[in-house]
Amino acid sequence: MIMVFAETQDGKIKRSALESVYYGSKVAAAQGTTCAALVLGQVEDGGKLGAYGANEVWQVNDAKLASFDSQTYAEVIAKVAADKQANVIILPDSSNGKSLTGLVAVKLKAGVLSGVNKLPEWKDGKLYVERALFSGKAFASCRIDSSNAVLSIAGNTLKPVAEGSEVAVTSLTVDVPDAKTKVLSVNRSVGIVPLPEAEVVVSAGRGMKDPSNWGIVEDLASVLGATTACSRPVADSGWRPHHEHVGQTGIAIRPNLYIAIGISGAIQHLAGVNSSKVIVVINKDPEAPFFKAADYGVVGDLFEVVPRLTEAIKKLKSAGH
Amino acid sequence: MKLLVAISQTPETTARIAFKDGGTAFDPTGVNFIMNPYDEWYSLVRALELKEEKGGTVTVIHCGPVANEVTIRKALAIGADDAIRVDMEPDSAYAVAQQIAAHATTAGYDIIFTGKETIDYNGSLVAGMVAGLLNLPFISHASKMVFSGDKAIVTRDIEGGTEEIEVAVPFVISASKGMAEQRIPNMRGIMSAKTKPLQILAPVAAESLAKHVEFRVPPAKTAVKMVDPANMDELVRLLHEEAKVI
Repeated sequence: MIMVFAETQDGKIKRSALESVYYGSKVAAAQGTTCAALVLGQVEDGGKLGAYGANEVWQVNDAKLASFDSQTYAEVIAKVAADKQANVIILPDSSNGKSLTGLVAVKLKAGVLSGVNKLPEWKDGKLYVERALFSGKAFASCRIDSSNAVLSIAGNTLKPVAEGSEVAVTSLTVDVPDAKTKVLSVNRSVGIVPLPEAEVVVSAGRGMKDPSNWGIVEDLASVLGATTACSRPVADSGWRPHHEHVGQTGIAIRPNLYIAIGISGAIQHLAGVNSSKVIVVINKDPEAPFFKAADYGVVGDLFEVVPRLTEAIKKLKSAGH
Repeated sequence: MKLLVAISQTPETTARIAFKDGGTAFDPTGVNFIMNPYDEWYSLVRALELKEEKGGTVTVIHCGPVANEVTIRKALAIGADDAIRVDMEPDSAYAVAQQIAAHATTAGYDIIFTGKETIDYNGSLVAGMVAGLLNLPFISHASKMVFSGDKAIVTRDIEGGTEEIEVAVPFVISASKGMAEQRIPNMRGIMSAKTKPLQILAPVAAESLAKHVEFRVPPAKTAVKMVDPANMDELVRLLHEEAKVI
């Protein structure tokens, strides 16, 4: 049996959880087994995980799970996985997922691979799966050498599709340990798809000249339903918040479409974005190294090109696409 | 405070990544190796700052062969008091975590630091595993840590923002950008590093349970398709019809 930790936020299933569950259902299908989703704490819409492939949805609703503590969450995930004899445990490679993956693996004495980006295969009874390393500059085929496996799934590995129907949420009783950490506050921009989950990212760099010019970037992001990002110098100079910084020392992302505006494309920046499916580079300098990593390039003044692109996308959208 | 910083050695950020022996091993030819930047810039320096604020010691631990001692000496030059090298090839996160935990279990550290990930394997696993093996509270991807009385207030990066967490020692923490500023070792540090204690430990028996079997580099990008800056309708058409991403 395959068990997926389905992440929630403010009592609602996160988008990334749909992908984790969908991935889990594909692993289960390949293994001829079932897929269960585990939700911790309160949830309003857990049943919809059934539509994305969960045969069962389990919930541990305990007041101690109302805020995130890595040890407490990992302990509950490991207890349920052991109790239900799950042999593949799937987590998202999100902030909380990164806090949990190593802990859960140790508690279950399971082989673990983080940030996997394909569905696994089995050869001679062993699980093989691919992951990116060197910030996307290389890939590796990896093998699990234990009978159970813990995998964390990189964002945008599979596009989740609602192929099934809702299922009832089953409540589980688990002895939840007390947390030794206390969450004092959560400061999150609301209404924005987080970068690691975004399918489209519009990113801008020093070519913007001044933070007051960001309106054209936000307009473009808005018509595309994209999340905005920035290069390291822009975050370092305080033009944009630190959590928007993509690249080797910032967040590594792999959206379907990455539009880079006024970013030259230093190797450290490319390392964090070169797993994007399609890269568009807009830069006035035809020698910018980013063009070598791009699928589509536009050499021109971004202050003219970007609003023109926004208008062209509006035209496409109004034509019903 | 008694502080332990786990350090790893990685190829430098601009290194050309290639593999040898039929893609089964990293090719180190012409590659410069450095201390993993997250370990050096953020984790080690924050530990040193904490020692300066509160007193105590900073010990670094590294799992690797003798050739890596140059990286350990750099950590000592930046300011660590002493070092431990576990003599082994660090072939999996789990094998490394078991060494760190085996050392730390009786040593009584207040805080165990790592970087949020290594820039080669990007696994982000060792810190959580150490916390799991030692059953200590674990906070990952910390971008700030201040003390209020005997409690640490840690700011952790989450999707689209941050979270503030209160935790008492002992705990395990992985550091991301923002925790501290890079320090360049001065001449005095470099000289004193040569005589600081470096203890070599034989590895404890450890399992790996997961293995990177075969490596490859991604296929070269096909040539970029240039679009006339005056004709963004064409770019939109390509993205819609050819790339099918909008």
